[in-house]
Amino acid sequence: MEILVASAVGVLTAGGVYLILRLRTFPVILGLALLSYAVNVFLFSTGRLAVNAPPVLQRYAENVPYTDPLPQALVLTAIVISFGMTAVLVMFAVGAYLEADHDRIDMTEAGESRSAKGDAGT
Amino acid sequence: MNHWIIAPVVLPALLAPIIAFVMRHDITLARAASFAGTLALAAIAVGLTVLAAAGETHVYVLGNWEAPFGIVLVLDRLSALMVLLTSILALIVLLHAVATGWDARGRHFHALFQFQLMGICGAFLTGDAFNLFVFFEVLLIASYGLMIHSGGRERVRAGLQYVVMNLAGSTLFLFALGTIYATTGTLNMADLAVKVREIPVEDAALIRVAGMLLVIVFAIKAALFPVQFWLPGTYANAPAPVAALFAIMTKVGAYAILRMYSTVFGPDVAATGGLFTTWLVPAAIVTLAVGAFGVLGARRLVPLIAFSVVGSMGTLMLAVAVFTPYAAMAALYYLVHSTFAAAALFLLADLVVARRNGDDALAARPATVQNGLFAALFFAAAIGMAGMPPLSGFLGKLLVLDALNPGPMVTLTWGAILLGSLLTIVGFARAGSILFWKSTALPADPEAQPTPPARALELAPGIAALAMLALLAAAAHPVSGYLEATAAQLFDHDGYARAVLGTLYAPEPAMEVEG
Repeated sequence: MEILVASAVGVLTAGGVYLILRLRTFPVILGLALLSYAVNVFLFSTGRLAVNAPPVLQRYAENVPYTDPLPQALVLTAIVISFGMTAVLVMFAVGAYLEADHDRIDMTEAGESRSAKGDAGT
Repeated sequence: MNHWIIAPVVLPALLAPIIAFVMRHDITLARAASFAGTLALAAIAVGLTVLAAAGETHVYVLGNWEAPFGIVLVLDRLSALMVLLTSILALIVLLHAVATGWDARGRHFHALFQFQLMGICGAFLTGDAFNLFVFFEVLLIASYGLMIHSGGRERVRAGLQYVVMNLAGSTLFLFALGTIYATTGTLNMADLAVKVREIPVEDAALIRVAGMLLVIVFAIKAALFPVQFWLPGTYANAPAPVAALFAIMTKVGAYAILRMYSTVFGPDVAATGGLFTTWLVPAAIVTLAVGAFGVLGARRLVPLIAFSVVGSMGTLMLAVAVFTPYAAMAALYYLVHSTFAAAALFLLADLVVARRNGDDALAARPATVQNGLFAALFFAAAIGMAGMPPLSGFLGKLLVLDALNPGPMVTLTWGAILLGSLLTIVGFARAGSILFWKSTALPADPEAQPTPPARALELAPGIAALAMLALLAAAAHPVSGYLEATAAQLFDHDGYARAVLGTLYAPEPAMEVEG
């Protein structure tokens, strides 16, 4: 169980890091998605791994195994936020692609190509 | 429990959707609502500062769930000061955006602006590390929208880089928080301050990893080397009022480092000790150098200002990295100063660039209208940023230099600050003489469209930011007195934990008997 979770986090993170170092937006977005999956799984494991145990405290019974509920709440928040952020990122990427006619993420001649009239006078 | 403590979060949070949904087609109404909201925020911030100045740490328990089980907002001198700084800056920036018409060049400027204020105020007020993450995301998602306000090819692409950078940072933030929770079983800052101090040195590996991960996350926000590279591109391509508002965003990172690494991972913590000073000081020195060389080498005005912000963050982080109360006082003074200095420069540069038809290249062009006035204002703002007398930058740098001696690598840090200041002065002098001086020698271009002179309302925000610098210098004694008390409170982790945890906080009685 521990090996499985740990290697899942590791593989997802490695794949995510590889992908966000690409120069095109689509792999970068996929990479960030993989990284957010990795961190979600990682957050689950921070409350210790317990199988088949409810995430609630049982005050009427002694020595009943339970899962720490807090990481589950944290994961829920993290999922919502990363989902929203990914949606925003996709909108940005589509906008940048439509404006620039290519989806390269690096800005080779950053700023220098801004023409005299440019975008300040819109 | 004082309900005003949550007002800086609730007010913009309620106002923003109303502006977005009800006033989306009426810019006048949106402007009025945004102004009223920001003014009210400033009034609340003044009230909170007066409340906090008495010295007590006020705790707002959300949903009446006692800390550490629920989320708390904590108002002490530091958070009150930061909220006040945010609200004053927001007023200045908002006035500029409205006066120059920036807010009408795209949609939802005022709604995003209010959400941004909500996130920033929340980040300053929260007493919970995970809640800090949530407020970071709120301020970031609003800043994404503001960053690409009014669109344009370069701006959207620079915005994309900014979003990717910050999303990677958010992931790292979650990894750090997960590790902290796994090690200590809590994310409440006051509870963390207690628990981290109980970790024996032998078991410190995990908490040290978590602490370093968290430093990297905050360093991304504070534009610290080696994760500073997003800043020049972002600030140079963002709309000018947004760039001026972002002057507080780097300070959020600096604030988070100051808060987490003096209260939670203080220098007295056995498990981490001086670990963060060891890494932050060299990083700050390199940041300062990057900023200074950037100012010297910039070929356009707005990137030049962006690099000067990087340099000022280097100076600020040098003072923060020492983690002593006196250095924290110096850092806070410099923090307030550099926020207004950066805002003044961005706002004035916007007026200058607008007079030059959007061309901000550092090359001589025929003199524009009000050349002398803009030259004088730019001169004053550059003096503020470079740290020359009589404005507050000079006092701030003196305080920082004083705080660094004696300290780690004092020769290097002093050398970096002094040489960095020299390079910044040379860079600004070069830019100013090309922009304003050489242009007077050129004949006017007969085909050029005459640009209207800047109205008083357009000039007022930039001048107000400059006036804040003068005020900060004139009132240096009372301000530094307040900041000294702030720094003392910041390093009193015991008092912080007692105020937040209340009855749950039990210091070892054996110690008290012996003492």
